[in-house]
Parts: sequence; C-alpha cells; structure tokens
Amino acid sequence: MAETRTLRVTGKEPVADGVVALTLADPHGARLPDWTPGAHIDLILPGGLVRQYSLCGDRWDAYTYRIAVLRETNGRGGSAYIHDGLDIGEAVGLGGPRNNFPVVPAGRYLFIAGGIGITPLLPMIAQVDLLGADWQLLYGGRREASLAFGRDLAGYGDRVHLRPEDRYGLLDLTGFLTAWQPGTRVYSCGPVPLLAAVERACADLPPHTLRMERFTASMLTGPARSAPFEIELARSKTVLTVPAGSSVLDVLAAAGADVLSSCRQGVCGTCEITVLSGEPDHRDSVLDDTERAAGTCMFACVSRSRSDRLVVDL
Amino acid sequence: MKPPISYADPFDHDNLEDPGPLHASLRGAGPVVHLSRYDTYALARYEQVHAALTDWQRFQSAAGVGLSNFRYEKPWRPPSLLLEADPPQHDAPRRVLSAIIGPRALHRLRDQWATVADDLVDRVLSGGDVVDAVPALAEAFPLRVFPDAVGIPAEGRENLLPYGDHLFNAFGPPNDLVVAGAPRIADLSAWVNAQCARDVLSPDGFGAAIWAAADRGDLTSEQAPLVVRSLLSAGVDTTVHGLSAVLYAFATNPEQWQRLRKQPSLARVAFDEAVRWESPVQTFFRTATTDVTVGETVIPDGAKILMFLGAANRDPRRWENPDSFDLCRDPSGHVGFGMGIHQCVGQHIARLEAESVLTALARRVPHIELAGPVHRHHNNTLRAWRSIPVRLHRK
Ligand code: FES
Repeated sequence: MAETRTLRVTGKEPVADGVVALTLADPHGARLPDWTPGAHIDLILPGGLVRQYSLCGDRWDAYTYRIAVLRETNGRGGSAYIHDGLDIGEAVGLGGPRNNFPVVPAGRYLFIAGGIGITPLLPMIAQVDLLGADWQLLYGGRREASLAFGRDLAGYGDRVHLRPEDRYGLLDLTGFLTAWQPGTRVYSCGPVPLLAAVERACADLPPHTLRMERFTASMLTGPARSAPFEIELARSKTVLTVPAGSSVLDVLAAAGADVLSSCRQGVCGTCEITVLSGEPDHRDSVLDDTERAAGTCMFACVSRSRSDRLVVDL
Repeated sequence: MKPPISYADPFDHDNLEDPGPLHASLRGAGPVVHLSRYDTYALARYEQVHAALTDWQRFQSAAGVGLSNFRYEKPWRPPSLLLEADPPQHDAPRRVLSAIIGPRALHRLRDQWATVADDLVDRVLSGGDVVDAVPALAEAFPLRVFPDAVGIPAEGRENLLPYGDHLFNAFGPPNDLVVAGAPRIADLSAWVNAQCARDVLSPDGFGAAIWAAADRGDLTSEQAPLVVRSLLSAGVDTTVHGLSAVLYAFATNPEQWQRLRKQPSLARVAFDEAVRWESPVQTFFRTATTDVTVGETVIPDGAKILMFLGAANRDPRRWENPDSFDLCRDPSGHVGFGMGIHQCVGQHIARLEAESVLTALARRVPHIELAGPVHRHHNNTLRAWRSIPVRLHRK
C-alpha cells in the first residue's frame, strides 16, 4: 500500500545493433496498469533521470512491460545508463502509462517506422492484424542489423517492407503512399527528419489521416526527486511530509483529509486534487501534455512533487 | 475441486427485495460458488470480485455482461461498444468518452449544476415538509441536468427511465421483470436510438462532442451513435438509484447527516459510501475466456461468472462494520463503479450530481427523516427504489 510504483528489470537482451529490450515486472508479481498500443511509460532511473519509452510488448500479458532502448550517442545519459548500468533485478520508477498516439478505428493502415520508432508501432500492428484490418509497414534504418524486431515482423510476410538505408537509400515515402485510399490512416514514428518527410508526403491527404508521435526534449522536465517533500493543505493550514516510500494519498488519508480514491493506479481520475503552488511530478495516465505542464492539479495516488513543497487546496 | 453449490435464485423477488442474506451465504460458502439454477459461477467476496473485474484478459465482457452468452445467443440489441466489448474494440470508444466526461471536462458544469440543485431544493421545500425523495429529488435532478448535458431534446425524456429499467432487467434471466418490460421495449429503443443521431443533438453537449470525435477520425461514424446510446443507457437509472441510496442513508442515519452539515466537503465521500453501502449496480456477469482457477475451483472456458458487487462491497473481510453507513470510513476501493478498464466511465458525473444535490440540501435542511414506509423497486441488476417518503425540516 505505502509503496510508490516501481518496476523490476526481469529481462535484458540485445534486439539489434545498439538496441536493448527490457522486460519489466512488478516486484511483487502484481498486475501492471493496463495500456493501449501507442502508449509510453516514464522510466525514473536512479538519480532521478526521467525517460519515456513506448511499450512494445503484449497487452494480453498483464504482468510484464517490454520496451526497447536505443543507445543514443549524443544523449544525456539515460540510454547509456540503461545499456551499461542497469542490470536484471534492479528497480526503476514508473510513470504512466500514457497514450498520446492511440490507434483509431479504420479498415486500412499504413505504418512508417524509422529505427527505434518501430516500438510503438509493433503492438499497433499486432492489434490491427488481429482485427483483420488491411495494413502495410515501411520500416527503415541504417543497416539490416539495426532494424529491431525485424525477425518478428518477417512473420507477417509481404505486408512488411524492410528497407535498410545501406541497401535501399532513403525510404520511398511517395511510392509507399500510393497504396493510400480513402479511409486509410497513416501512422508514423521515428527520427525528426523522417517525420518531417512523412508530413510533407502526406500534405495532400485529408485532415486527420496522419498520426505521428514525436518524442522531443521538451517533453522532459527536470529530474524526478526521490527525497521526501512537504505537502501543505492550504485550507486547514497543515503541513505534512511525504516520505520517499509513501504516496501522497496515503499521507493525506493518514492525516484525515477526505480524498477519495478508487483505482490507485493513476487511471480513474477519482483522487484529483488542486495544486495551488509547487511543481507536481505527474505519474498518472489521465492528464494530457498541456494539463501536465499547467501543473494545477494532480492525482494523489501516484503523483509526487518536484519542488520541496506542494500547496494543495484541501 | 468442485465448488459449493447454491440453489438460490438471485433474481427472485425475495432476493431482490433483500439480497443481504443471500450475499452473506454466498460469501460464507467460499471464494466461488456454483449457482445451479443458471449453471453459472458466483463471486461474492471482495478479493475475487476485485480480481475478476480487473482481469479483462480472462474475464471477458464481450460475451455479454448479462446472463445471456453472446458466444451462443444473439443479443437483443447491438452490443454496447463500451460495456459489452473488450480490447481492442473497446479502446477507442472508451478513450473518447473518458475525455468527454472525465473529471477535468466536468469542471465547467459544476456551478451550473449547483444552481439547478439550489433551485430544485427550493421548489421541493416550498411544496411542504413531506416529500417522496425518489421522484422529487433522486429522479428530478438527473432528469433535469443529464439529458441537457448530453444534448437531447426535451421531448420524450420520460422514456429514459423505463428504457434503462428494461435494459438493466435484461442482464438477468428472462423472468417476469423482463416479460413485463418487453411490450414497450421496441418503441423505447427506437426513441433512444433516434436521440443518438447527430442532427438531433444540441451543438454543445456530450453527444455533439462524441460526433466531433468521429469527425476527427477518433471513432467511426458507425460507432458515434452507439457511444451516445451508452450515455443514455447507463447514465440515468444508475444515478437515480445512487441518489436514492444516499438520501435513504441520511434519512436513516441522522447523526451522519449532522456530520455532513458540519463538513459539507464530505459530500463526495458520502456519495461513494452510499454507493458502497447500497451498490446501485448489484451484479454484472463476465465470461471465462479460458479455464480460470479461482480459489481451488476451475471455472471452465466459456462459463458465465456472476460478480456480486453488492456483496463484495459489504464483505467483512475487506470492510469494518460493512453494514453501517459511516462517513468516518474511507469508502475508496469499493467496486460499486466496477474496477479496471470497464470501471464506470460516468462516475465523475454521478459524483458531481450527488455533490450538487447534497450540498444544496445540507444548506437548507437541518434534519431529514423517514416519513412513512419505503418501497423498493425490483430490477434484475439495480438495487432500486420506488418510494422514500421523507420529512425535510426547514431552517
Ligand atoms: S485513484 Fe484512480 S487516479 Fe488516483
């Protein structure tokens, strides 16, 4: 009950040049929060680095999450730490899952992936295939050996077009998009130049056809803190301390504040509290990016604080 | 291992009138009980009900959340995209609706509904001290605010309650309650379906927002009217009986009413405590997607499983003094709204409605007490009321 959400690394394996896949599970073997294809989680690494990774496993398996991490040579240390420092058995913090990139219902899909951008598309593909939708995937990367999950995808036969750059050059987006028909949705994820090219190539398609996910540095704020923080109840003029191992909700409940909760996973939205000042560390699955940035509310069951003190309207 | 057997009929009138003894015996018998009459498995303890609700992978909804098994029987109406669907089909409708009626989206309704509640309570009080809380408050308030919020026209709203009543009866066996509703259901359904069309809905309501999601391609245009239908199906009777429950709870627990009056911020807790205590939605079925072991019993693939939300919410293994309505308790974690991916998407609307009514009442009514015999309304799924005469003492 009093524990904040952590995951344990239960598997780590290379899946392509410079890409390692992690399997994560609850330390006590509990179910993990449900997710939908396109969702990502925040991994909170030791030292407070927060990084986002798309879930690429099987949602029918409620007990493990799978992510794939590319070693970023110019990164700020998160991916290098995961590759070199994070061992099986170690714990990481969890935020989310959140989904800014959901699969919308359609009869046909065209998927375009660049490099590690394949990760959110993998569960989407599995799912639309299960639903019997018509789909194709165009997947590019530097070399054959850098295309993660190529072997899994090969099972889909000629729906999948693997196009390593050293053999095929840049992806032929225009050629691929000739398969577009009314009602087809285009999903793309990958490096910024690819997304820009996809955007240009889709410029004449009807609105809402193209769905993309951009992971940008602006999504990352300062490090999460694992230190205790204070929560000030503005109306009752009480100051409480939230220790590292307890949730805000538990601390509020112990102090007799009437905050209702239900799911305790940051999913249902019941435990919302209004934040008057301070900077919440959002770890819920409810808020979108704008609402998170606004920082005017938080979900007490999972979210924490980045500032030393949060003032809430209670 | 063979589970204990119960020959009881949870849907007979005695059990609908007072399900407490049946719930106690099912909880006592074991983690899972075979209901021989319907060849169905019953879960009545909190732990197992909670686990089954969250495990959509093994306890599916798509085969119907009533007794009828859609694997073998054709449903009486096109299945709900929310209630009677699982991932992946469930994802888009759920996502769209939870954005439209989520807690953040409802903030704009708060002041408006508070005014409507003040106004309603004023009018009720001007009519005399003794009122029937069911029609005067519990039905009147949702019927005033909810259809407006969805955006359906004023005409025909009297159809909403009988439609919902039949829908919730139809989750049970085809007993006398279902038979009694059958003659009108074609007309009622046709009316409800007609309200889901884009050009019938006002431009600023939840219904229009659902259609706007279809325009953005987040839903298909075939799905949009069915999602609107879900709102109209699940959003009225449930709230009416939730409000009835909390009003009855206060009329019979005067010290709790005093507590609320002293601390009006308890209104939400009070409503959730009433939902725990009465469980307006008593039961839902799931279907095993594989052989599932519960306790030491293997529930076979394809079997129907009846989850007793009402029994779980009063399981003494989980709750202290479960039969008392107590604002000191933290009702969090009750399964009255379900749990997991199918958890009631409209729960925030229900809480806001209840908060509006309770706050308005608490301001004006120092005492509330029963003023005559109460009457239940029997429904195969809902713990419902026909009449709760109360005396409202004015300031
Ligand atoms: S209890 Fe559900 S979001 Fe916190």
